[in-house]
Amino acid sequence: MTDPILDIRNLSVRYRGTPDPAVRGVSFTLGRERLGIVGESGSGKSTVGRALLKLLPTAEITAERMQFEEVDLLNAPERRMLKLRGRRMSMILQDPKFSLNPIQRCGHQIAEAYRTHVRASKAEAKAKAVEMLAAVQIRDPERVYMLYPHEVSGGMGQRIMIAMMLLTDPDLVIADEPTSALDVTVRLQVLNILDALVRDHGIGLIMISHDLNLVRNFCDRVLIMYAGQVVETLDAADLDHATHPYTRGLLAAQPRIGGDRSALPVLERDASWAQTGATT
Amino acid sequence: MKPVAIRDLCISFGAVQVLHDVTFDVASGESFGLVGESGSGKSTVLRCMSMLQAQWTGDVIIGSQSVREMPLNARVRTVQMVFQDPYGSLHPRHSVATVLSEPLRIHGLDRQRARMEQALIDVGLPVDFLERFPHQLSGGQRQRVAIARALILEPEVLLLDEPTSALDVSVQAEILNLLARLRSEKGFTYLMVSHDLSVVDHMCDRFAVMQAGRIVEVLDRAAIPSNAATQPYARDLIAASLAYERAV
Repeated sequence: MTDPILDIRNLSVRYRGTPDPAVRGVSFTLGRERLGIVGESGSGKSTVGRALLKLLPTAEITAERMQFEEVDLLNAPERRMLKLRGRRMSMILQDPKFSLNPIQRCGHQIAEAYRTHVRASKAEAKAKAVEMLAAVQIRDPERVYMLYPHEVSGGMGQRIMIAMMLLTDPDLVIADEPTSALDVTVRLQVLNILDALVRDHGIGLIMISHDLNLVRNFCDRVLIMYAGQVVETLDAADLDHATHPYTRGLLAAQPRIGGDRSALPVLERDASWAQTGATT
Repeated sequence: MKPVAIRDLCISFGAVQVLHDVTFDVASGESFGLVGESGSGKSTVLRCMSMLQAQWTGDVIIGSQSVREMPLNARVRTVQMVFQDPYGSLHPRHSVATVLSEPLRIHGLDRQRARMEQALIDVGLPVDFLERFPHQLSGGQRQRVAIARALILEPEVLLLDEPTSALDVSVQAEILNLLARLRSEKGFTYLMVSHDLSVVDHMCDRFAVMQAGRIVEVLDRAAIPSNAATQPYARDLIAASLAYERAV
C-alpha cells in the first residue's frame, strides 16, 4: 500500500499483573479506508484501539513497528502524544452518556476541544463548533450548542461526540462501538453521518464492533479477532466467503429476520484457534 | 400453563406518567415480544407484572387471578423474571448453590439437592457448578444460572427482560436455543422484552410495539419481513431494523 496512515507490525499488549498478553502479534496497515475490527468481548479489539492512542499507561506495549504517518508511536514521548490525540487521531467512544461532561454545555465542550489544538478566539471556536454541529445534521445547532448533555437524546449525544472528534480534521478516527448504545431507529442515521464525513474528508477509520452486520455495511476491510489474535482478514464484501471456522460460526449464530427458527448453530470453540501462529 | 391478560395498566413516577393504558393478551404457552426504543416502558411493564413496582393501576391477570390478589408465595411460583445483565443480577458472594437453595428453603420444598441439580441440568450446566461463585463463570454461564434460578420454583410464566443483550452473538445463540428448548419441553408462557427485532422474530409468535408508554400496535411475527405494520411508528421501527440488517 502506498502512503499508509497507519502501519502496525506485531503489536502485543500485556496488562500489568496478568500472565498472558491481551493482544498478541497483531499486524495491519491502514490507508484512507474504513477498517473494521470484529470480535467477542475479551478478544482484545478495544485494547488494540487504545494501544494505538497510547491510552494504556500501565500496560506493556511491544511491537516491531507502530507508525502513524511520520510519527513513530512506539517511541513517541507523552508530550508528542498530547499533540496527536484529538488533533490528528481521535476516538469516538461507545456511550455519549459517559463520554460528555455532564456539567458543561455540549457546545462549550466542542469549542474547548478546538481551542486545545488550534489557536483561535472563543468566538471563532464557537462558530466552528456550530458549523460542525450543522455538519452532523443537527437541525438547530445554535440551540443545541447551549444544551447540557442530559438534555439531548442518545443519538444526538453521539452526533455531538462525532462533531467534537472530527472538528480538528484528523487523519485517523477510531470508533469503538460507536452505535451499540443507540436504538436501532437512530443507529443507521448516526452511522450514515459518520460514514459521509469520513469519506468526504478522506479520513482513515477504524471501526471496532462486535456486530458483523454493521462492519459488513460500513467498512471496506475486516479483521476478525479471537483471543487477542487476528484470525482472519477479509474484504467486507467477501464476509460470506469467510474460511476461518470462528468467523463462519459468528455469522451463523446471528438470528435473521424471516429465518426458519430452527436451533441456532452454536459456536464450537477449538483450542487451536487461540494458539500463537494459528493465523492464516 | 396460564394465559396472561393485561388491562389498562398505568403507572406514574412522580408527575411523569410512564405507562398509558397498556392492554394486551398473551395466550397460554405463547411467546410474546415487547419491542420499542429505550425509555418506551417495555421493562416497566414486566416490573409491574412481577410486582417489583406496585403503585400501578389497572389489572394484570394470570390464569384467572389478578397478581395483586395473589399471596406472595403463590405469585413467585407463578411468575419469574430473568434480568438483562447477568453480571449485575447474581450476588457476587453467593455461590450457585446458595442462589438456588434460598427459594427452595423459603418455600419449604423437599428433595432440595435433587431439584438444584435438575435445574442446572435443565439449563445445560454441569452439576458441580453448584459450588461455584459468579466470578468463576462466563457471561453465558451466569445467564444460565439466572435462568435456573427462575426455573427452580417451577413457574408458569417467564418474564425475560432483554435476556441476551449483554451477551456476545455466539453466546446469545446458546441462550436463545436454551430458552426455545425449555419452552417446548415445559410449555412456559414467555413475555420477552427486546430491542432486537431479529431476536423477536426468532423467538416470538406475536409482539407489541411500544412508544412513549403506549402500545402502538400488536403484530404477528409474519408482519416483520414484509413490514405489514399499519401504524407509522411501528412501520418506522421495522423498516429501520430491516434496513440495518440488509443495509446498503
